[in-house]
Amino acid sequence: MLNQFFHDPLTLGIVQAVIAALMVLATALLARQQRVFFIREISVAMLRGLVQIVCVGFGLALLLKVPFWLGAFILLGMATIAAQMTAQHAKHLPGVFLISFIGISLGSGLVIGLMTWLGVIEPTLTSLVPVGSMIISSTMRSNSQALERFRAEILAHERQIEAGLALGATPKQITAPYLQATVSASLLPHIDSLQSLGIVWIPGLMTGMVLSGASPIYAALYQFVVMALIVAAARITALVTTTLIRDRLFSPADQLLLHLVER
Amino acid sequence: MKPKAADVPLLQTVHLSREIKAKKIVADLNVSVEQGTLLAVVGPSGSGKSSFLRLLNRLDEPTAGTVLLGGVDYRTLMPASLRRRVGLVFQTPALFPGTVGDNLQFGPRQRGESIPAAALASLLEEIGLAGYAARDVGRLSGGEAQRVALLRTLVNEPQVLLLDEPTSALDASSELIIEAFLAKIVQQKALACILVTHKLAQASRIAQQILVLEQGKVTLSGPTAEILPCLTNSSTIP
Ligand SMILES: Nc1ncnc2c1ncn2[C@@H]1O[C@H](COP(=O)(O)OP(=O)(O)OP(=O)(O)O)[C@@H](O)[C@H]1O
Ligand SMILES: [Mg+2]
Repeated sequence: MLNQFFHDPLTLGIVQAVIAALMVLATALLARQQRVFFIREISVAMLRGLVQIVCVGFGLALLLKVPFWLGAFILLGMATIAAQMTAQHAKHLPGVFLISFIGISLGSGLVIGLMTWLGVIEPTLTSLVPVGSMIISSTMRSNSQALERFRAEILAHERQIEAGLALGATPKQITAPYLQATVSASLLPHIDSLQSLGIVWIPGLMTGMVLSGASPIYAALYQFVVMALIVAAARITALVTTTLIRDRLFSPADQLLLHLVER
Repeated sequence: MKPKAADVPLLQTVHLSREIKAKKIVADLNVSVEQGTLLAVVGPSGSGKSSFLRLLNRLDEPTAGTVLLGGVDYRTLMPASLRRRVGLVFQTPALFPGTVGDNLQFGPRQRGESIPAAALASLLEEIGLAGYAARDVGRLSGGEAQRVALLRTLVNEPQVLLLDEPTSALDASSELIIEAFLAKIVQQKALACILVTHKLAQASRIAQQILVLEQGKVTLSGPTAEILPCLTNSSTIP
């Protein structure tokens, strides 16, 4: 195909990226209701993604040379950016950045620690950073979902919550079912990918390992461990973030601060 | 002379106010309700009646003034135990998913207690809902839900009972049954009761005191027999 015309891998990559970008723009043009600025948004997002991922390519090349302990800082930086991204969608919630940061760091930190101890992550930066970033991006997604879902649960059950408070229940007691529903809902996509593992979806990590010569069975087990631990990390993040946000939505006198979740 | 404990009204508001965006929705209310007394609060729509009740239950925070419960500033009490003592039945009932029985047990359950089924059954019978304990609340009529919400607060054994138009969805005969039930309970349990109502006839049937609110302020208050004639002559009152 295309590689018959471009023998240099760099040129080939660039041509592939250009065609992918044109394809995305074409789909945006096809949707008739979309306005022009939406196409501009997509273009900006694509350009941003492209620049970022190419920088990461250079970064990965550098990783081979820097000491292992730097990995902690790299991951911390990623968690900070992840928290910022997810907090953007929920600016109205008080302290949402700090809370998201705590949730994401705890969820991904515990699981990355466990993986390193298990030996799933080798004590090299080239192993720690890619797997770590995968975990962090999963916890980021579950964090976003938890924030949005919990807000919706509170809005939908405002009257029941106040009725419960008026009967002498604490915020913790009356929100328990909504907290549970939130955590379950934010795990759903992760559970789906665990269930469809190998059927709907053969993950890139495993593909890469097999392509680079690892035993397919080991690659499969490795992939399973990573996926299962991602679910664990996502659950911890959703639970921590939702619990912390819950506490912010009530005053010290246990009053529901509804204006914080409205709009 | 210093008042003895028995002289202190169970519920007393002191300059109680709530201001939202420079608008006083409850303005400087000084109201007291003794045990075994039912105070009716009347006033036009938007005059602050529901907002007043929410302040008493501390679901909203006063922006000035406070509430004394048995002479004690309610801000010194734990919110959950305060709200159990000052029960509030909302204008629109908000039942929890599940059965009528689940809803009635909600308050006690928060403290690890439960009400015997027989006691619940006889209470349900008194308010015209005999045999309803196992019914799903999703299929109750508006008037039935309203009565379940009332009973849910009552089985929590409050000392102060705040009712926001508790018979608005009832027909005339059910309304009389509930009024008689309320009058009996207020006496029996020596409750201090505040009833928000649009119906002067209802106030005249069961209230010992009437308070008229307009734009968050008290415009009239006193014993029912004195206030009622002023209201029936006035055109500004509902
Ligand atoms: N959270 C709020 N923010 C702004 N205004 C509010 C808020 N809650 C109540 N109000 C306003 O305060 C006023 C009093 O409302 P409230 O619900 O207490 O009236 P009400 O006397 O109970 O009326 P009704 O008889 O219709 O039930 C209204 O003008 C209402 O719009
Ligand atoms: Mg009202």
